[in-house]
Amino acid sequence: MYTFSNKLRIGSFIAMGLGFIFLVIGFMSAPSTVEEAKAMVAVHDDGHGGGHAEAAAESHGAEASHGEEHDASHDEHLLSQLKNRPWSALYVAAFFFFMISLGVLAFYAIQRAAQAGWSPLLFRVMEGITAYLVPGGIIVFVILLLSAMHMNHMFVWMDPEVVAHDELLQGKAGYLNPTFFLIRAAIFLGGWIFYRQYSRKLSLAQDESDDNTNFVKNFRWSAGFLVFYLVTESMMSWDWIMSVDPHWFSTLFGWYVFASMFVSGITVIAMVTVYLKSKGYLEDVNDSHIHDLAKFMFGISIFWTYLWFAQFMLIWYANIPEEVTYYVARFQDYKLPFFGMLVLNFVFPLLVLMNSDYKRINWFVIMTGIVVLFGHYLDIFNMIMPATVGDQWSIGLPEIGGILFFGGLFVYWVFTALTKAPLQPKRNPFIEESRHFHY
Amino acid sequence: MASKVIQALYNDDDVLMHAVKKVRAEHHHIEEVYTPFPVHGLDKAMGLADTRIAITSFLYGCLGLTVAVVMMNYIMIEDWPQDIGGKPSFSYLENMPAFVPIMFELTVFFAAHLMVITFYLRSRMWPFKKAENPDKRTTDDHFLMEIGLHDNENELADLLWETGAVEVKVTEKES
Repeated sequence: MYTFSNKLRIGSFIAMGLGFIFLVIGFMSAPSTVEEAKAMVAVHDDGHGGGHAEAAAESHGAEASHGEEHDASHDEHLLSQLKNRPWSALYVAAFFFFMISLGVLAFYAIQRAAQAGWSPLLFRVMEGITAYLVPGGIIVFVILLLSAMHMNHMFVWMDPEVVAHDELLQGKAGYLNPTFFLIRAAIFLGGWIFYRQYSRKLSLAQDESDDNTNFVKNFRWSAGFLVFYLVTESMMSWDWIMSVDPHWFSTLFGWYVFASMFVSGITVIAMVTVYLKSKGYLEDVNDSHIHDLAKFMFGISIFWTYLWFAQFMLIWYANIPEEVTYYVARFQDYKLPFFGMLVLNFVFPLLVLMNSDYKRINWFVIMTGIVVLFGHYLDIFNMIMPATVGDQWSIGLPEIGGILFFGGLFVYWVFTALTKAPLQPKRNPFIEESRHFHY
Repeated sequence: MASKVIQALYNDDDVLMHAVKKVRAEHHHIEEVYTPFPVHGLDKAMGLADTRIAITSFLYGCLGLTVAVVMMNYIMIEDWPQDIGGKPSFSYLENMPAFVPIMFELTVFFAAHLMVITFYLRSRMWPFKKAENPDKRTTDDHFLMEIGLHDNENELADLLWETGAVEVKVTEKES
């Protein structure tokens, strides 16, 4: 049995506390009137220029077209961007850590459905990480609920005023309306959390039983879950991410988000495993297991790049105005995070994880993992921020606060879940194969 | 010069692996092992030096990438610039996304083909070459371990039978 080390627990509480304070400061310092917003921008004086008009025209197309009120609506828009910033920082971090546990859940279900022989030793680690699905999913749901209650302006299509002046949004209203949106979110989360809890129950029951019925049941549920997951994950990414740019769409967006969550999840499995090993747990996990996880990190990083580029190149080449605005906004206002993310998520893992010896060096995997995770945080940042805060972005108190708060909560929840059951499954039929796994 | 070797045949790769480890533990020099398929971990068990084919593969990939960049720059930018989809070919950098698939494909193409050719050259294999394996069964379902003899025929034969060989024979080998 694993015992939660005090240092880690206190560390996670400090992170949560600091993050909470930063977030509160972020919310307090958001402007509440147009005058305050204008004053803030004047003080910062950070290139409030050409690019912004475009972003404004895109998300507030309807209002901007009313020429006579343009200046007023522009200021109004600036205000909602600045008000959105702490909300977006909260949402990006909440989604990022939720997505890690969802990615791990998908990886876990694939191992179960494939009846993989190498990985059963890591099942308890994966189950520990997916435990965060419950609080993480509820938090994301609450944020979405608050958005639907007009506490913020991240999803412009939730505003009836905007929809009334926007024919494209009226056409999508059958799907993109707050009620149906929340019902869908509840179904997605319900299905995922149900599978996670039920599979965990079967996994623990298998340890105590004297036949393999629980194992077989788990196999069936996992295969079924994967079908459910592939559909709902894709829809979730349209709903929760793509709809912040409600005019824009990309048909492979679901896969793109999936690649991001998959690689982040695998990275966290590797990091938690290496951490537990360094504390003397998981004696049977050897370098070959770490090597395999690192191979997945390498492979899925390439897969992510492939999807990122497939999406980018088609839109870049076709150059259709309604599609290309997405990248124009990112090229103009998000140069550093946008291209920085490509370096962190592609060039860095490509060069660093290519050598097979490096994938077996534990501390090396941890270091690479930290960089990859930061890169994928930026990926989510780049998906949400350009639509919600436009050129008013920065990585300051609310963003760092979000990462600290949810990171602390994630660590606390995951490591608490790890203490609940023995770290090595006893009666998994493949446990012997997993113990002797070698490359 | 002909040298005497002892050859032991096995019909299971697990037995072979254990036999290789045991023979090595007794400090005999295994000259070669012939197998019908690649046996995972055999190179490590035999104590062979790591392959360097991965390094050549990386270099060939870099070569392929360079060829793609130079080629596309010549074809699309310098020699015959065209205006495709409202994107005039004035600069390589601005048209780069269109060339990425070609850069990727040529990287893979060069790495794969040149690596195979290197492997064949390094293994001294070419068309119509006389097969090196001493027993035809190693292309079907048997594994053959070959050990050089230094007046220790009986001792070695006993050891090999002990490791689970299905056949042990001593032959002259041309080298």
